[in-house]
Amino acid sequence: MKEEIIIAGFGGQGVLSMGKILAYSGIMQDQEVTWMPSYGPEMRGGTANVTVILSDSNISSPIVNTYDTAVILNQQSLDKFEQMVKPGGYLIYDPNGIMHPPTRKDINVYKIEAAEEAAAMKNARFFNMIVLGGFLKVKPIVKMDNVIKGLKKSLPERHHGLIPQNEEAIKRGMEIVQEVNKL
Amino acid sequence: MAEKILMKGNEAIAVAAIRCGCDGYFGYPITPQSEILETLTEMRPWDETGMVVLQAESETASINMVYGGGACGKKVMTSSSSPGVSLMCEGISYIAGAELPCLLVNVVRGGPGLGTIQPSQSDYFQAVKGGGHGDYKMIVLAPASVQEMNDFVDMGFELAFKYRNPVMILSDGIIGQMMEKVELSPMKPRWTDEEIKKLHGSWATTGKDADRNYNLITSLDLDAARQEKFNQKLQAKYREIEKNEVRVEQTLCDDAEYLIVAYGSSARVSQKAMELAHEEGIKVGLLRPITLYPYPTAQIQALLPHLKGILTVEMSAGQMIEDVRLAVEGKVPVEFYGRAGGMIPSPEEVLEAIKTKLVKK
Amino acid sequence: MIMDIKDIIKPENLVYQKTSVLTDNAMHYCPGCSHGTVHKLIAEIIDEMGIQDKVIGVSPVGCAVLAYNYLEIDWQQAAHGRAPALATATKRLYPNKYVFTYQGDGDLASIGTAEIIHACSRGENITVIFINNGIYGMTGGQMAPTTLPGMKTSTSPYGRDTSTMGFPLKIADMIAMLPGVCYVTRQSVQTPVAARKAKRAIAKAFRGQEQCKGLSFIEIVSTCNSGWKMTPVDANKWMEEHMFPEYPLGDIKDYLQ
Repeated sequence: MKEEIIIAGFGGQGVLSMGKILAYSGIMQDQEVTWMPSYGPEMRGGTANVTVILSDSNISSPIVNTYDTAVILNQQSLDKFEQMVKPGGYLIYDPNGIMHPPTRKDINVYKIEAAEEAAAMKNARFFNMIVLGGFLKVKPIVKMDNVIKGLKKSLPERHHGLIPQNEEAIKRGMEIVQEVNKL
Repeated sequence: MAEKILMKGNEAIAVAAIRCGCDGYFGYPITPQSEILETLTEMRPWDETGMVVLQAESETASINMVYGGGACGKKVMTSSSSPGVSLMCEGISYIAGAELPCLLVNVVRGGPGLGTIQPSQSDYFQAVKGGGHGDYKMIVLAPASVQEMNDFVDMGFELAFKYRNPVMILSDGIIGQMMEKVELSPMKPRWTDEEIKKLHGSWATTGKDADRNYNLITSLDLDAARQEKFNQKLQAKYREIEKNEVRVEQTLCDDAEYLIVAYGSSARVSQKAMELAHEEGIKVGLLRPITLYPYPTAQIQALLPHLKGILTVEMSAGQMIEDVRLAVEGKVPVEFYGRAGGMIPSPEEVLEAIKTKLVKK
Repeated sequence: MIMDIKDIIKPENLVYQKTSVLTDNAMHYCPGCSHGTVHKLIAEIIDEMGIQDKVIGVSPVGCAVLAYNYLEIDWQQAAHGRAPALATATKRLYPNKYVFTYQGDGDLASIGTAEIIHACSRGENITVIFINNGIYGMTGGQMAPTTLPGMKTSTSPYGRDTSTMGFPLKIADMIAMLPGVCYVTRQSVQTPVAARKAKRAIAKAFRGQEQCKGLSFIEIVSTCNSGWKMTPVDANKWMEEHMFPEYPLGDIKDYLQ
């Protein structure tokens, strides 16, 4: 198994930490992982993205040009990364703020209204966990108990009290993700 | 088996420094390596091991603090990125000239000038061929993973003290910023002052005890004849390093028709390109120099009889390729593929270069 | 009775001897230069304090680059201006050692301003001996930041014109305002009285390191009779008449007990 994922959106949406939790979940099930962020001033409120690769064998390049799955959280990222999803691959996006939805017909497209749901849950900080839930529903590459272990590893201990709420947000994301185009 | 931790290359450097008994880190913030100083100040190693961590006023000050610390016989280090390392080059030359051990980390970004903060390998010449003034050499280690960022800290100190010579870890923004899983090195205690006296008291400024002459750390000798003798001694040391310390990783090289030579991040990209090439039936091997100085010249030469061509892949306009060509001596074609200014070559681009520059020729 | 010389040279008649902390090397300094005197004072203090095994000196670039030839202590020889950076690391790594830099005005007040200011700002627990003779001695008498207005040097051959070449930099007064600095004094060594006062100041600074109150800074207003193109006697007189008004002697700050 090898999964090459790009997660892209605005800085502050929790893109990098979502990628980190995913990567740690991979480690918890003995996989090789890489987590390669965009970095620099663009992170301060501009676009941010992270490439996460999970694999059963050694990972050569941490940088790739095409992805098995793209998780897209703003228009700029959709414009940039829709074309880089492998044919037959997956694109999951939050329609919040998207004026021009994805158009490709040779990939599986899902949408998840995570921003809206986070607002309904009255906690914007769970936004990225809702998105993660949507991803895991579509691509169940890591087991839930490994995700919880991954959460424990990547969250500072003072935030471990929030893990049940994070888990709830992930489960909520699994429920609300919708199919747009299925091959 | 020890626990595997997900961490950035930069964080791995910091954690490895504490764990290998480093006595002092002196540094100045610069992207993309500031996490090294940030991680150290967050972890407060001075409470646990007594390690000194100091944010200096400039890279110039940092490298001269390293000079002072190295003169004391202590395990000291600094880290920076390209423009900062340029500023350090004077000090590096002094350290080499005074034959002091120390560890330097360059998390390279694109240049020239202020350049970009994106990853690059355009400081190869600076690291391997000098950078500062005078005939000196640093031992240069090129990690290709976060695990190697961890491992090369301890190895770097070992080599630095073995040869009383500066050692540089030449990394880049990819390896520095990327997270991978790491198995941490076992904790090594710092040397006590008594141990340092025993190990390095013959040369280090540990305080002039009654039973020895005073120690002098300097790179100055105004007498040209003596200075030449000293230079010959340095060169003899470098020949010794070249004989003993070459490190290289070879993948599928034995029956390869074509060879990629690449280090660090470029080697990771090239490995994927090699895999893609094998899917298309092209027999490509990958030679990854781990030490850039000393360079694996002999290892490249040994492969030449069955090679039709070599592709050097770098994130620069072509620097290491000169050392490949020196090794090859014109016996097979040596081609180049690189991206510069902070751009990263993709595996597909490298595969294309293998096809157009080597196979179709 | 006529005494034989052998009757005079006896241990019990000894009133003064060279400290063993000074080497037997003949100094390369010009006759009349202040460096030799200051070296001797430091050596005597190290001897009297019994700290030869606990002192680490950092020598500069300039005439005193070779200071390490004259004092029997462990030495580091720094790049131009960077001595405070070396001393910073050395003292942090060996907090129980006595660490001092010995720097001229070209080294400390020009190329090394950043390093001295920040060592002061961090309150490094070191001693800085600052030899100010208003000129670059070793390179042959060029203008320094400390050169007096109107003073002729090889790079201000018509005199230092402050409208284009700036004003004398009074480093001691500048750093005295920094909280990391515990002791700042300006001394000279052109007479036995002055040398004794300077020695007391240096000893106080060295002892002060035991109090961990921060950086101690001793400026020695000095002559460079070669660079100034004067006899040693004239140079001393010129220093008193021209340097002292610009760089007045005395304590500027003293937080040491």
